[in-house]
Amino acid sequence: MTVTAERQDTGTTQPAPHPRVTDRARRERRLGWWLSAPAMLVMLLVTAYPMANALYLSLFEYRLTDPGSRHFIGLSNYGVILTDSVWWSDVVTTFIITAVTVAVELVIGFTLAMVMHKIVFGRRTVRTSILLPYGIITVVSAFAWQFAFASDSGFVNSWFHLGDFAWFSHRTSALVAICLTEIWKTTPFISLLLLAGLAQVPEVLQEAAMVDGATFWQRLWKVTIPNMKAAIMVAVLFRTLDAWRIFDTVSIMTSGAQKTETLSFLTYRQSITRVALGIGSAVSVLLFLTVVLIAVIFVKGFNTDLSQVRGDK
Amino acid sequence: MSSSSTRNRVGWIVGAVIIIAYTMLPIGWILSLSFKGGDDITNKQFLPTKWSLENFRTVFSNDLFTTALRNSIGVALISTLIGVIFAMFAAYAIARLEFPGKKLILSVALAIAMFPVVALVSPLFNMWRSVHLFDTWPGLIIPYVSFTLPLSIWTLSAFFREIPWEMEQAAQVDGATPWQAFRKVIVPLAAPGVFTAAILAFFFAWNEYPLALALTSTTKAKTVPPALASFTGASQFQSATAAIAAAAVVVTVPVIVIVLLFQRRIVAGLTSGAVKG
Repeated sequence: MTVTAERQDTGTTQPAPHPRVTDRARRERRLGWWLSAPAMLVMLLVTAYPMANALYLSLFEYRLTDPGSRHFIGLSNYGVILTDSVWWSDVVTTFIITAVTVAVELVIGFTLAMVMHKIVFGRRTVRTSILLPYGIITVVSAFAWQFAFASDSGFVNSWFHLGDFAWFSHRTSALVAICLTEIWKTTPFISLLLLAGLAQVPEVLQEAAMVDGATFWQRLWKVTIPNMKAAIMVAVLFRTLDAWRIFDTVSIMTSGAQKTETLSFLTYRQSITRVALGIGSAVSVLLFLTVVLIAVIFVKGFNTDLSQVRGDK
Repeated sequence: MSSSSTRNRVGWIVGAVIIIAYTMLPIGWILSLSFKGGDDITNKQFLPTKWSLENFRTVFSNDLFTTALRNSIGVALISTLIGVIFAMFAAYAIARLEFPGKKLILSVALAIAMFPVVALVSPLFNMWRSVHLFDTWPGLIIPYVSFTLPLSIWTLSAFFREIPWEMEQAAQVDGATPWQAFRKVIVPLAAPGVFTAAILAFFFAWNEYPLALALTSTTKAKTVPPALASFTGASQFQSATAAIAAAAVVVTVPVIVIVLLFQRRIVAGLTSGAVKG
């Protein structure tokens, strides 16, 4: 190999300085592409292509029951949705659920993370139990809480002496039940991300602050939180997007009744139950755009550093 | 001094008990509900007055549930296997090789982790009907692989970076090709990471609801979550609540077993992406 390479070098008027290295680099590059190709292809096949397809379909009036009458109508579908009060009512509902759950989860999640960080006894048991809500099927957790609140079978009303109060017949109480279920299910995730952040706060700083006579709250606000700001932002971004896409819990607990319908549920209802493909696709595209908007607000507006989530150092 | 440390200790124990009560309450409730026989279902109490296995007999003699269970196990295992293999290749390339497009792969993975799955229901429904993947296992496996890839790629590239590279170089100096170095040196060292990624991918596939609901219609491919939802109001059961509770307990058992056995790996996997930097 080396001999032939040298011979080629002497034969050319322009000496290539490192022919072997370039060759190696090219092989490495090709191997890199081949190894990542399957993952890239599957990811794009299932998201990019269908989304492009939805974008295209959203420009048509197209009903599954009457495919012959399909025709181009430009952005009219978007106009129809954005002037419909249902869309805006669902935006408000989704916003309420997202704001309430993320705020409450951040506080509870932080407390759980602190306990898990400091605890000596039963550390393993606590960490194991915290993973159970994370692992459990969302549909199962929604059913468990629905049965707990149900006026014919649940224990909640008898525990709190509420008589026959029908939790799912009023908007506010139904939203409370939905938020509570979401909070129970997803707080463990946020608390584990915060725990990882807590572990990165240098212990020396805590000790120095303690020596200087800082109280617990002062240490929390002046030392702990500023030092794990990046982990907090990433946890909040991920949970916000997750809450914004809420579907399972709402679908099981209320099916969107009592004005508890969220944007994901509206999208689902439009695309499957009403067979209006054009307008259903437009709702899908709009849901996608709201998610992009939230991500952009976090990354540009709050300077959330995503490189550490992406893992590219 | 010693009284304050005793107080602290009691404080932490109370904290731990509160956390465990918080996580166990709904699990204990659904478990208790599943053992309530006859009229106990509507006793509005947390515990049954008499314990019965009647609900479990009901769900296991129900075809809708048993086929859904089989579909769930098959779809979740196959998508986990394929997803982890693809993620392993990509993560190795990201952690080890220099090539343009690395940033692009990580960005695509990030975008997919944030993607609203429900927005795909309508377009995938159309696509799958035209290529005859509607109501089949592959029709669910393909999207599940794609949605578990981002987390698997992050987890695995984080693990792969921790591996001592000298060993791979040593293998290459000894004449191994990059492929052999990958297979013979890296794979055994990376096995714990791969296992972690597999657990998280399995949880996703086991849990997924909207796509399973929209892309299946019969017992041929319907998985447990949509099957559970369709129990509601089924007249063949005395009470849908009791049957759902029993079925819910059955599908929660594997999750509990996995969590009990692999608690540390799951925590490491969930935080590996965010812990860097």
